[in-house]
Amino acid sequence: MYTIKTYLMAQTLDEAYSALQKNKSNVVLGGCGWLKMARKRFWTGIDLSRLGLDRIEERDGWLELGAMVTLRQLETDPAARAVFGGILPQSVERIVGVQFRNCATVGGCVWMRAGFSDLLTALLVLETEVELYHAGRMPLETFLALPQSRETRDILTHVRVKLDGRDAAYQSVRNTATDFPVVTAAAAHLGQSWMVAVGARPMRAVRVPAAETALSAGAMPEACRAVAALGYAGNLRGSADYRRKVAQVLVRRAAGEILQREGKQ
Amino acid sequence: MRIKLTVNGRQFDKHVPADMMLLDFLRKYGFVSVKRGCETSNCGLCTVWVDERPVLSCTYPVARAEGRRVTTIEGVVPEAEEFGKFLAARGAEQCGFCSPGLVMTVLAMKRELRSPDEQQVRAYLAGNLCRCSGYTSQLDAVMSFLKGGAR
Ligand SMILES: Cc1cc2nc3c(=O)[nH]c(=O)nc-3n(C[C@H](O)[C@H](O)[C@H](O)COP(=O)(O)OP(=O)(O)OC[C@H]3O[C@@H](n4cnc5c(N)ncnc54)[C@H](O)[C@@H]3O)c2cc1C
Ligand code: FES
Ligand code: FES
Repeated sequence: MYTIKTYLMAQTLDEAYSALQKNKSNVVLGGCGWLKMARKRFWTGIDLSRLGLDRIEERDGWLELGAMVTLRQLETDPAARAVFGGILPQSVERIVGVQFRNCATVGGCVWMRAGFSDLLTALLVLETEVELYHAGRMPLETFLALPQSRETRDILTHVRVKLDGRDAAYQSVRNTATDFPVVTAAAAHLGQSWMVAVGARPMRAVRVPAAETALSAGAMPEACRAVAALGYAGNLRGSADYRRKVAQVLVRRAAGEILQREGKQ
Repeated sequence: MRIKLTVNGRQFDKHVPADMMLLDFLRKYGFVSVKRGCETSNCGLCTVWVDERPVLSCTYPVARAEGRRVTTIEGVVPEAEEFGKFLAARGAEQCGFCSPGLVMTVLAMKRELRSPDEQQVRAYLAGNLCRCSGYTSQLDAVMSFLKGGAR
């Protein structure tokens, strides 16, 4: 468990951001799922739950997810379920349990940039933007490339996904139903373009451009070879070789699901 | 810090430490049905409702519950007893340590899902661990409780 000395129920984002900058041991509280496991001493815990960041809205052709939207909201919200072949709910529905997903937030999940993140894998095959209070709006991949240091601390306010009509599919393999994923994969198709991402390698999810080119040319075996060429590592959930083999199957299944819906398989 | 919230309809206005979780608050004020079964937000034993939604009270800062309605099993006794009879009839209650969390999740599910099938029930209850029952008897009890059938 962490310890915190004072609790700030922020009334404005400006207040939250100023508090974050004021002291290096102040911390933003998301759903606290990950945070509480750290044996860290914080000074002020900054609560974002009263800032209206708990809404899922369609705005100017984008689906806008507030940072405090819970994983369970993402799973049950009709607008989120209706788009991208249901990849948003599918990517989170096996994370721990309903009670946990009523706590854990989209903002916390994306901010952590964890290797095991199901949601990041899914968001990578969509046109996703992240909005930070200070640094502003940027593509997800730009956000992922930012250095993670105490000096670059910011507040993630929204995640936006462009409603461009692409179809998408999500796959993961877990040792038990609600465990962390051994490996994750997502695919999406829009016009001539394919998007492919593989995560929990166990390193952070990445796009696989060579697999995307191969799929656009209809060459599934070549796409699988590109997926196999990614870096993988072993840990207690699976070896590097196992992950390499499973990732290829998951990408084939995800792409296959989309092709099937298009009547091409 | 000072917070106000209701637990099972009763008003509380208390001074609490800034890092207190809802679980510790509830146990401190006598709602000892609420159990801690892990240190990793993983077991579901501590499930209570905040504004009718099931959450892990071990992970929910009590300060965040300011102005909200918290419900524990002590607040839904008749319904909990009714479901408890289904559990008992199937021998699904062994040590019983997981029961309060399971009951709160099952009753929340009953409010949230309309006639769920077994697959949906399994998915909804996947976050409630039990070291004794092996789950089969629990699932039988839940399915017949939901159908309103015989115990
Ligand atoms: C037992 C367990 C199992 C899990 N299994 C999985 C799994 O299978 N798949 C998966 O993808 N994930 C899994 N997770 C991770 C989980 O989904 C969340 O990613 C995690 O709980 C963080 O989300 P949170 O809202 O709880 O954030 P917190 O724990 O509150 O915060 C995490 C970090 O992000 C910072 N932060 C939070 N919100 C913001 C914001 N808006 N702006 C800036 N910084 C912010 C916090 O300061 C902290 O450093 C698991 C977690 C646990 C505890
Ligand atoms: S005590 Fe285990 S999830 Fe809360
Ligand atoms: S009956 Fe013992 S933990 Fe479930």
